[in-house]
Amino acid sequence: MQITITVNGTTHTRDVEPRTLLVDFLRDHLGLTGTNIGCDTSQCGACTIHMDSQSVKSCTVLAVQADGADLTTIEGLANGSLHPMQQAFWDNHGLQCGYCTPGMIMSATKLVEGNPGISEAEIRHGLEGNICRCTGYQNIVKAVQQAAGEMGGD
Amino acid sequence: MIPGEFDYHSPQTLAEAISLLVEHGDEAKILAGGQSLIPAMRFRLALPGTLIDINRIDGLSYLREENGHLLIGAMTRESALEESDIVQSKYHLLADAAAVIADPLVRNLATVGGNIAHSDPANDHPAVMLAYGATVMAAGPNGTRRIAIDDFFTDLFENSLEENEILTEIRIPTPAAGTGGAYLKLERKVGDYAISAAAVQLTMSGGTCTAARIGLTNVSPVPMRAKNAEQALVGQTLTDDVIEAAGQAAAAECDPSQDLRGSVAYKRDLTRVMVKRTIRKAMERAN
Ligand SMILES: Cc1cc2nc3c(=O)[nH]c(=O)nc-3n(C[C@H](O)[C@H](O)[C@H](O)COP(=O)(O)OP(=O)(O)OC[C@H]3O[C@@H](n4cnc5c(N)ncnc54)[C@H](O)[C@@H]3O)c2cc1C
Ligand code: FES
Ligand code: FES
Repeated sequence: MQITITVNGTTHTRDVEPRTLLVDFLRDHLGLTGTNIGCDTSQCGACTIHMDSQSVKSCTVLAVQADGADLTTIEGLANGSLHPMQQAFWDNHGLQCGYCTPGMIMSATKLVEGNPGISEAEIRHGLEGNICRCTGYQNIVKAVQQAAGEMGGD
Repeated sequence: MIPGEFDYHSPQTLAEAISLLVEHGDEAKILAGGQSLIPAMRFRLALPGTLIDINRIDGLSYLREENGHLLIGAMTRESALEESDIVQSKYHLLADAAAVIADPLVRNLATVGGNIAHSDPANDHPAVMLAYGATVMAAGPNGTRRIAIDDFFTDLFENSLEENEILTEIRIPTPAAGTGGAYLKLERKVGDYAISAAAVQLTMSGGTCTAARIGLTNVSPVPMRAKNAEQALVGQTLTDDVIEAAGQAAAAECDPSQDLRGSVAYKRDLTRVMVKRTIRKAMERAN
């Protein structure tokens, strides 16, 4: 089946089998390997991307479902310099092995939109779909709070 | 893992979707949010030959009050329940459940219709809708019919939808004065299915409980109402003893199985506790 998907501002038309998962389309067909696969059970959130401006688990969407959609992946965030959320993760040691980080950052950027003063409780509830096995979450929450302020609700 | 092979259709209208269902029969499956179906297909637990994606049909996602009911379009996402002022201000039981179903990423795609159509006793909406006494609307080649929720769930993952029917809407009665509801769930970790959860909707009049409906999650092979527990409440002043009796009745009438989430005895006792806590919360809201 032929699909046309815009990823990080570039439009791609490709032939895919209907059973192709969106995450595999991004990684294997487009070579965008920043989006990670951390599980087989739709639980970890490492594969989080923005699809038509909401966060979704790209391992639990078919590529054909995204036909015509506008996607942003972790590769699309930095614009010359790091995105404030990426910088805040760096500044606050919001990662250790880094495996969950692309998904965590994609979730977090959507979460803080329109909410520069987001509370710790809101951040913890909002990131419930992203699992980190390393950090214990403390520094992730700190990073998100810092970036939220800097992003001023954007 | 990736799913097995299938043909994919994304009809633009409900009529088209229904004729595809008629054409492909039990080979076909509806794809709604995909948050249960795609994981099942990845494990090859589901191997549909044809997938009918209903995400591109307009007009299946809405929340509005009409004639004493809240109408929920089948494709309404869980996240829309969380964001809805009507739901948050008047349908507390539904609002409670929406916040504890899966996680925010799943809730951005998962639909209310899919949650009910999946008919998994581990899903949270079946118990919620049983407690509300909801009505399900189903559209098929011969038109639309209504199904009372009490007649909807027939077996594990089975319901009374015909093979060629699509669930289009869920109707919840608007709570009358003196009515309150709550949903409480105990999970091993955030985002998991319930070990046990209770949905309670009750009406109080002058200190007496005049109506009660209780649904239970994940403690029976088919989503169930705790009817003996309901009976323990109706006509009574809800004293500690009466609430304890309702909890015990629920523990006795549920039918959990042992799994990673716990033993049968543990789940029964937990159900007693969850039912009691949920009754108390519903009572507070009713007053
Ligand atoms: C990590 C994770 C955790 C989860 N935790 C929970 C939880 O705690 N509680 C909970 O309740 N759920 C949970 N879920 C399940 C989630 O809520 C599902 O999305 C939901 O059960 C099904 O809704 P869906 O729209 O995704 O349906 P789909 O997955 O698209 O479909 C499910 C089934 O219903 C059928 N179907 C769907 N819509 C219709 C319709 N309109 N008419 C006829 N048939 C239809 C499909 O053919 C399929 O058989 C979890 C899912 C994941 C991935
Ligand atoms: S890879 Fe784990 S949720 Fe998608
Ligand atoms: S930093 Fe290792 S999983 Fe999060």
